[in-house]
This record gives sequence, C-alpha cells and structure tokens, in this order.
Amino acid sequence: MNRRLLHIILPLATAVLFLVGWHTAVKMSGSDIFPTPYEVLRGLGELARQGLLLKYIVASLFRVSWGFGLAVIVGVPLGLVLGWFRPAYAALNPFIQILRPISPIAWIPVAILWFGVKDTAPVFLIFLASVFPITVSAMAAVQNMQQVYLRAAQNFGLSGFPLFRRVIFPAALPQVITGIRIALGVAWLVVVAAEMIAVNSGLGYLIIDARNAGKRYDLVVAGMVMIGLIGLVLDLLVRRLEKFDEVRWGYGQR
Amino acid sequence: MDNADMEKTITVRDCWMSFPGKQSGSEIHVLERVSLDVAKGEFVCIVGPSGCGKSTLLNIVGGFLKETRGEVLVEGAPVDGPDPGRIFVFQENGVFPWLTVEQNIGFGLLSRPVAEREERVKHYIAMVGLAGFEKSYPRELSGGMRQRVEIARALAADARVLYMDEPFGALDFLTRLKMRADLIRIWQAEKKTILFVTHDIEEAVQLADRVLVMTKRPATIAEEVRITVPRPRDLDSPDYLAARDRIFAIMGMDAHGGGAV
Repeated sequence: MNRRLLHIILPLATAVLFLVGWHTAVKMSGSDIFPTPYEVLRGLGELARQGLLLKYIVASLFRVSWGFGLAVIVGVPLGLVLGWFRPAYAALNPFIQILRPISPIAWIPVAILWFGVKDTAPVFLIFLASVFPITVSAMAAVQNMQQVYLRAAQNFGLSGFPLFRRVIFPAALPQVITGIRIALGVAWLVVVAAEMIAVNSGLGYLIIDARNAGKRYDLVVAGMVMIGLIGLVLDLLVRRLEKFDEVRWGYGQR
Repeated sequence: MDNADMEKTITVRDCWMSFPGKQSGSEIHVLERVSLDVAKGEFVCIVGPSGCGKSTLLNIVGGFLKETRGEVLVEGAPVDGPDPGRIFVFQENGVFPWLTVEQNIGFGLLSRPVAEREERVKHYIAMVGLAGFEKSYPRELSGGMRQRVEIARALAADARVLYMDEPFGALDFLTRLKMRADLIRIWQAEKKTILFVTHDIEEAVQLADRVLVMTKRPATIAEEVRITVPRPRDLDSPDYLAARDRIFAIMGMDAHGGGAV
C-alpha cells in the first residue's frame, strides 16, 4: 500500500476507534453529565451559532500573539547575546536557570497583583512561559555552533556585527526555530490556564465558565477539543519555517 | 634550485607548543623545536602519524593557535590571527550550509563591485567543475563537491596561501584521486603557496614538491624529502616508489609488509 494513503488511513482509523470507545464508555457507565462525542459536536454547534466560538478563539489567539510575540522579540536577541558574550552568560544564566523552573501558574497571583484582572495579566503569563525556552535555545544554538563556521568566517576577516549577521545568526537559526516551536506549544498551554482565572473570554474561560454555570460538560469538552485542534494547527504552521532552504540543513535527514 | 634563494612565504623557527593537561599543572607537549620554510608558490606536504600535532602546527601557521614559544613568520610578518589572504581549508568542511554554492564562493568578495564578484564566482565555479550547481545548497552535494566549493571559495577571495588540513580525508578513494589531480591542476594555474597536512603518505608524494615528515608526539620534523618526479606523476615510476618507501621507512614502517623495518 502506498505510504501517503497509509498516513491518512491509519490516523483516521485510530480516531474512529477512539470515538467509538468513548461513546460506548459513556453509554455503558450511564453518566448523564459526561458527554458523548455527538453531544460535544452539538455543543460546538451551539457555541458557533451564538458567535461565542469564534469570539473565544480570537480572544485566546490575541493573547498568545502578544505574549508569544513579545517573548520572541525579547528572547531571541537575549539568547544570542548570552550565547556569544561569556560575561553576559556568567552574569545572567544562573538567574535565568532559577526563574525558568517556576511554573507560570505560580505567577498568577503576582500577575493579578501587578496587572489586575485585565488582558495584560494573561499576556504577561504567556510571555513568561515562552520567553525562557526561546532564550535558552537561542543561547545553546550559539554555544553549540560548529566551530569550523566561526573559524572560516574569521579567516575571511569577519568580526563584530558582520560576523554576527553573516555567520553566527544563520548558523544558530535552525535551533532558534526549534526553540520558537517549543515555546509556542508552551504559550498555548498557558493561555488556557491564564484565562481560567483572570478574564472573561477565551477558550480557557469557556471551560471554567461552562463548568461553573450549570455543569455543561459538553461545552467543557468542546473547549478542550478546540484547544487541541488549534494547538495542532499552530504547530504545523511553525513547522513550515523549518522547510526553508536557509535552515533545512540544521534538521538532519527529514 | 636551492630553497634559500627563493622568496620565503612561510618561516617557522624553533616552534614549541604545549597544552595544559587534564591534571592541574601538567602539560602536554605537542610540538618541539619545529622549524620549516615554504617558498613562494611551493607545494609542501606535512605527513606524520595520527595525533602527532601536524594539525596543531598548521593551526599555528594559520593563526588560529598561538605557539608557546618560537617564531612564525608568514609573508614577512609574525602571524597574528587568521588573514583573508591566507585561507584555511578544513577537513570537516567549512562551507556554510545556509548559503548556495555561488553565495559560498562569493563569501569573501562582498566588498567588491557586483560585476567583478559575479565574474570571479563564475570563473572559479568553472575551475572546480561545479558549473550547473550554482544554486544548489551544500546538503545537496557530495562530500567531494563540498570540498571543491571550499577550495573555490578560497581561490575566489584571491588567497595567496592555502592551508589544507587533510581536506580529502573524508572522501572515498576514487574521489580522493580525482581531487588530488584537480588540486595540482589548479595550483599550477593559480601559482598559490600550499601547505598541506595529511597522514596519507601516498597523497603527500603525489602532491608535494617537498614532504616534511613529522615524528610522534612531542613532534618535530624528522626529515625532509624532496619529490623530483615530474608532473603529471607516474605512480609506477621508480622515483615515485623510492620517495614513498623512503617516507615509510622514516616513519618506521615497511611499505610492503607493514610493521617495523
């Protein structure tokens, strides 16, 4: 059988099996709170008709765009500088390594204190969650770059900013993009958590609100499904960056 | 023709090199009392056992390492870092994978007018036999082709001296033979000074005007063998075989049976 077909048929078969198993399990348990797949679909339809689905998706994406965008703008240059200048690395790396393992969830009270219950609070949390993976991967990218590129560049008389622009940055780029991809996944994870507390729109808010306002578990699961699907789409979009000729060399044989 | 009469491009006088060892305070002596000369336009090979320090020596001459003591003069001045007029060709291939073949070859020419740059890139792409691959990326090329790109990049930048550190070491046997023949053709056309490090005795005898044989670590130059076989070299000629066997003997090997003589 040809491989393309295999790559469509197998995941579809898994999905069908999963949905059938889910449906059967709900029916057999006799639960009237946990929804069947069909009820979730109906819930999604209801949200779409009310215009809430699109509104919440846009709200969540808006927060991620800001928080993640700021993290890229801050994290990439910061990581490259830390990777290149040893004193900067010595001064800041311990600090970064202490901040990094603190879950963004732990920052929620602080975010509310500093920014109140406004959009700024979740944007700040998303920024915090994604800036560290981006910084650390950009830093490692420079530190691990093949020395032969650096030496070849120095041999041609490059130093300072031209060396950075023509060699260090392009040499680091594949790993920087990998860091960006990981960070986007984290950012999307965190938007949901952030919206559960601080705001009144978005997919995270939908989940908590549906639970609190009348145990609408069909809408809870509908929110979860949308989060999963959008996360998948975001990842596929960033993966496209890895296909450019300027960086493809950095990902081995794929 | 005596070496002393010719203009010297590279002069190494009583060069020593040691690195700090694993235990604090200990030192690993890599080079001891190394002296050599390379005349302008000369092709000199350095051979020696693996790990003897011949790459270290080339890195010192190339300006990437600083000798512990001694004197290293290139083109009349003490070496103080790498220089665009003297390009290093790396064994592990220093071609930039994010640039196309023509962008790589034009890498050292960015300060020149566009027309001149394009002219030179085109010329050297043809010289190393890569016409038709201008827009290819290194990952799409074979190992031999990537090494050609690196050589063309050095030539296009108008390097007067090439330092080559086992540049064909990772290539298969036939590609290696072809690369040697092409390197000699290019060297004869371009009149560059070449200092070439290899552990392959046959390679050294096929390429060089002179072969410098290094000892085990701490390394020094044991002997110099002048190769007088006319080019293109007949690899079955008595002169070729004699030169090869002589170097084998200096390195304590027997070309026919291996092991100690």
